[in-house]
Amino acid sequence: MVDVTDRAKNHKTVGYYPGCALEGTGHAYNRSTKAIASELGLKLKEVDNWNCCGAMEVKNIDPKIQTYLSSRVLSNAHNTDHMDVVMAPCNGCYHNLKKAEYDLSHDAESRAVVDRLSSKAGHPTYKAGQVETIHALDWLKGTIGEEGIAARTKGKLAGLKVANYYGCMYTRPRHIFPEKDQGPGTESTSKPHFMDDLLAAAGADNVDFALKTACCGGAHTLSDSDTSTKLVANILRAAEASGAEVIATECPTCHTGLEMHQIRAEKRFGIKTTVKIMYFTQLLGLALGVGPRKLGIQENISDPMDLIIEKRLT
Amino acid sequence: MSRSFEDIEARIAALGQGGSEAVPAARELLALGEEVLETWIAARGDVPTDELKEGFRILALHRQGAKGDPSFNACRETARELVYHYNLITLEPDDPATASRVAMMSMIAGHLCLFVGGKMEVAGLGEFCCSSRPVRAGGG
Repeated sequence: MVDVTDRAKNHKTVGYYPGCALEGTGHAYNRSTKAIASELGLKLKEVDNWNCCGAMEVKNIDPKIQTYLSSRVLSNAHNTDHMDVVMAPCNGCYHNLKKAEYDLSHDAESRAVVDRLSSKAGHPTYKAGQVETIHALDWLKGTIGEEGIAARTKGKLAGLKVANYYGCMYTRPRHIFPEKDQGPGTESTSKPHFMDDLLAAAGADNVDFALKTACCGGAHTLSDSDTSTKLVANILRAAEASGAEVIATECPTCHTGLEMHQIRAEKRFGIKTTVKIMYFTQLLGLALGVGPRKLGIQENISDPMDLIIEKRLT
Repeated sequence: MSRSFEDIEARIAALGQGGSEAVPAARELLALGEEVLETWIAARGDVPTDELKEGFRILALHRQGAKGDPSFNACRETARELVYHYNLITLEPDDPATASRVAMMSMIAGHLCLFVGGKMEVAGLGEFCCSSRPVRAGGG
């Protein structure tokens, strides 16, 4: 198993795997992640010639191909970039790289498939343990931490009521995240708190949010839009009922789903909600004094600018 | 298990509107959550368990429903939040927050109902395709 404590030292420079979503619908997440890295003096070295992690589509057709695709990203990070830590902000990418790591550690058939396809593609086979995959939350928590965030932001988010929404892929299934649930200081798979910790350090007033790990319906978006809309509407209503002004997100799929279905919920079911949806990196960026444009705020469909001005976050 | 998901969803929403006494409402919401999971389990051809996990049948039902389908764990914490709110309401019924807790419990139960309903539709189980099920099961 990877020694997380030792590698935390290396988090000031990490291999950066944005994945497809951050180059498309999650562009603002990409921008804001890079903006806060720059502000905090952290270096993101984009993984050379990266490819799709296999996402949902490939995984549903052939899970071994998904394992190979994710392993190729890790192979490039290790063999081409000489990195031993890869940071993936997207929950789907993070989940798939962790799953590939688990499969290659525990399943001989997965290793055989990855060996064969890597050889055919002409690149070195990735071996389990060569690279540690972390999420953007791990990266900031391990490298800057709450004290560092508090010292740099001086409570800038004070008075902002935030519901932290993690979605379902950041912690599930438990067995692919061996570093979680290891006691104080580690992330919890049942009650995740890293985002809560970081935003609270920046002064945010986190609300008690019962649906913080509930499904956003992302997988149903195309096949059954009404169910997705109802699931999202429920999350939005629950956040508002908890007193939240903003839902902080850390997954581009969840974020896009919340924003799109917020509009659809009103049109289709007459359920109107006004809670804003922002990436946690955008909130931290504002707390660090980065301008809204650099954080891609103008790309948010829920348009939080009035709230940002009201709360004097810019 | 005779009610449709639509009926269950409507009852959950009605309980969240207020007007019912809090403790009976919490009991009914928990029972509705169990009914949703029973429907999922029965549609997959199993007999819903009567066992308890950590003192609650809904948690045992969730564990049973997730067997062989890890993605079902996406509603594990939703079931646990339902239990948490049930405990808050029944242990402290006079708390000033009880009415809002009942409303929140209704949203949580509604989420469980929507999630499981969506899973059943994707899996081609239950009420969504009752005419085709015998064909797919090889019985017709």
